[in-house]
Amino acid sequence: MSTYTIERAVDIDAPVEVVWRTITEPDQVLRWFSDAADIEPRPGASGTLTFRRGGEGDPSVVNLTVVDVDPPHRYSFRWNYPSDAIANPANSLLVTFTLSPVGPERTSLRVEETGLDALDWPDEQKDAYAEEHRQGWQTLADRLEKLLAPTRD
Amino acid sequence: MSTPASDDALWEAVADPTRRKLLDLLVVRGQATATTLTVDMPVSRQAISKHLVLLQRVGLIEAHKEGREVLYRVREQGLAEATDALSEVARRWDRRLQAIKRLAEEAHYEETHAHRS
Repeated sequence: MSTYTIERAVDIDAPVEVVWRTITEPDQVLRWFSDAADIEPRPGASGTLTFRRGGEGDPSVVNLTVVDVDPPHRYSFRWNYPSDAIANPANSLLVTFTLSPVGPERTSLRVEETGLDALDWPDEQKDAYAEEHRQGWQTLADRLEKLLAPTRD
Repeated sequence: MSTPASDDALWEAVADPTRRKLLDLLVVRGQATATTLTVDMPVSRQAISKHLVLLQRVGLIEAHKEGREVLYRVREQGLAEATDALSEVARRWDRRLQAIKRLAEEAHYEETHAHRS
């Protein structure tokens, strides 16, 4: 069970195969995601994404391991884990793209980012806080905002 | 400024439900010791202390001494920064999806245009 989920979606006026290529092909990835990409859309493949910060300072290199490749429906990877580690549910964020055709030339694209599994939480106590586990990432942001309110009085 | 990796510590700090619960309790009470916080939590005092150290390290809470006790309280500025950072993560995915949409629609337009010509 994951502790949070970000979920975002968009409808695209293009067939599902075209959207799939845009998401997975390395030369396309450079156009919407990172400044450099050393990745291969194959389950288990590890690579990196490089982000330059507006041309200033050292670029940031993020590790990525492909998890699931089910063309043209599902593509997932784990990222943001330490460079000397192997990606696992406790040290990384899981990003899943789901593509659903909603017409011959229209695709619904959903992205989910989930993590980190609460491995240090004893089993018998998980139920008590199950509701909190299910809370979305945006919900958490909303809640932090509410938490702020009383301290401003 | 913000790259996906730079928010890691904050990300990890608030992703954990125990730490979110601790933040909640501290907001409600204003301030509290690790021992009194343990009363309301289903985990050990030792575990609570570890969580408090982590929350302190990312700037979400602060500690001060009163006599022999260490009291913890929420750092308002830290919470405000956290809220901004978390919203930014969601916005970043929105921007990426919009870019994917634009690229895919352009590619589709070009393909169908080529077929028809």
